[in-house]
Amino acid sequence: MKDTIEIRWHGRGGQGAKTAALLLADVAFQTGKYVQGFPEYGPERMGAPITAYNRISSRPITIHSNIYFPDYVVVVDDGLLESIDVTAGLKKDGAVIVNTSRSKEEILPMLHGFEGKVFTVDARKISVSALGKNYPNSPMLAAVVAVSGVMEQEVFLKEMQASFEHKFAKKPEVIEGNMKALQLTFEAIEENSNGTDRQAVCA
Amino acid sequence: MAVRERLSGNEAVAYAIKQINPDVMPAFPITPSTEIPQYVANYIANGEIGTEFIHVESEHSAMSAAIGASAAGARTVTATSSCGMALMWEELYVAASDRLPVVLALVNRALTGPININADHSDSMGARDSGWIQIYAESNQEVYDNFLQAYPIAENAAVRLPVMICQDGFITSHGVENILLVEDEKAKEFVGEYCPEHYLLNEKEPMAVGPYAVSNYYMETKRAQREAMKNAKQVILETAEKFERMTGRKYGFFEEYRMEDAQYAVVVIGSAAGTCKAAVDKIRETTGKKAGLVKIRVFRPFPEEELAAALKGMKAIAVLDRSEMFSATSGPLGAEVRAALYGAKLEAEVVNYFYGLGGRDITVEDFERVYENLEEMAKTHVVKDMYAYIGLREGDRHGNSL
Repeated sequence: MKDTIEIRWHGRGGQGAKTAALLLADVAFQTGKYVQGFPEYGPERMGAPITAYNRISSRPITIHSNIYFPDYVVVVDDGLLESIDVTAGLKKDGAVIVNTSRSKEEILPMLHGFEGKVFTVDARKISVSALGKNYPNSPMLAAVVAVSGVMEQEVFLKEMQASFEHKFAKKPEVIEGNMKALQLTFEAIEENSNGTDRQAVCA
Repeated sequence: MAVRERLSGNEAVAYAIKQINPDVMPAFPITPSTEIPQYVANYIANGEIGTEFIHVESEHSAMSAAIGASAAGARTVTATSSCGMALMWEELYVAASDRLPVVLALVNRALTGPININADHSDSMGARDSGWIQIYAESNQEVYDNFLQAYPIAENAAVRLPVMICQDGFITSHGVENILLVEDEKAKEFVGEYCPEHYLLNEKEPMAVGPYAVSNYYMETKRAQREAMKNAKQVILETAEKFERMTGRKYGFFEEYRMEDAQYAVVVIGSAAGTCKAAVDKIRETTGKKAGLVKIRVFRPFPEEELAAALKGMKAIAVLDRSEMFSATSGPLGAEVRAALYGAKLEAEVVNYFYGLGGRDITVEDFERVYENLEEMAKTHVVKDMYAYIGLREGDRHGNSL
């Protein structure tokens, strides 16, 4: 694994992309890494495009700029593909992970000729089946962990269990569903992560 | 053992406030500092600290209440940003001239015109003449460490001045990073109890605070403030030494990064310094060129002689400002650094760059271009534009702008 992994999140205000970036920083921190998780702020309103970032490293991180040449890009809302060049600067040996119910073939033309790996995850479907509601950020978090290998999946699940127990101390009934969403995403990635450079993962 | 944590800059400051448990916090919310009083209010609601939180109707009232509380003898804290600080303006000067050791957690954000919520130093730089000590941070770790050092500096009998602990809005305030926290007991012991010598609630010593000063008294009051600011230099260093003995983390007026043999120096304040460090490392590793960095931590009082000594022998220097002052010749840090160089009769080529206004990002690559330009300036002895920009859009660039 590289010394430092840089991840860029694209989402819309209210979808939890920032929360997911902060959660990823949280769990990576628990594995002993140096981490950064930070959002890029503009006018704050529901539905507006937002960007969030992660740096995860085995060494202290001093850089405080945004990330222009990420290793991984996570797109929490496929509607953004029409207005934002989400793969701008994305490294060729990196990957983009898109939350969509559409097929990989439908998504590819909107990726501005990106030559690296493309993953699609139907986070809505996973979330609805596991939680009964559409919270796409948990599946996308699991997807980026699985695709990047930034930490062992077992370790991730253990840390997330602890994190959910803390976060949902007053709503313990949602913990199991959230954990199930992560597990389902891992299984979906596992089933589909062999073969060509451009892989589709459809739950 | 220090506590290994990951916190945002706002969380780190709120945690320091929790450890200090000040007596009074009057505050009014404004992005990006809102989270600080919000977290402190949680600590209070949970019974973790005994701080009296005063809900005020504006920042003018927040600083007025802070002045009242501090004059009464209470250890006082507040937090704000940008226009919130602008609304405190009148009272900032009162806190300083009344010699009240109020600590202000300032989360730097651009002043409005046009409206903008992002990182920029125009709020604190505008208040640089108000008589407050100003200490800036590169990272969440530094803003936490600076906050723990604030009261020992402010309350020192030789100083008795308010202190603003500044950090870059969103970049550190909302960014989560690794941080080492001091254990609660050690933090409390370091900051100590506040035992004011003179205070309004002391019935044995009736006194007035902030009365009218006719021409016959005003000037001496200002002179006394200047003496306090001069004394603050020694106290800031002593406090930093004591902090280093506790944590192993070293602080001074500024940090010199790879300056031992440097020929080209950048002088900058705040979070951009960390990005500059990455550029310095990259340049030295790939080209062997002698790049160095001086990161200003203490802007008020300004460490003029010490800074000139650190910059002695440089071939070229770039001073970076994150706020305008519309002198049409330089920014606030640019003017100070040039004055320091002139005072020390140093003749390095100097350029003053504006960067990051209203949150415009600055990257490692931007800093690499700054050092390239410094090399060129040293070679040609030509500084095309003393007053240039970094990251201005392509069509707007001219002269030395990058």
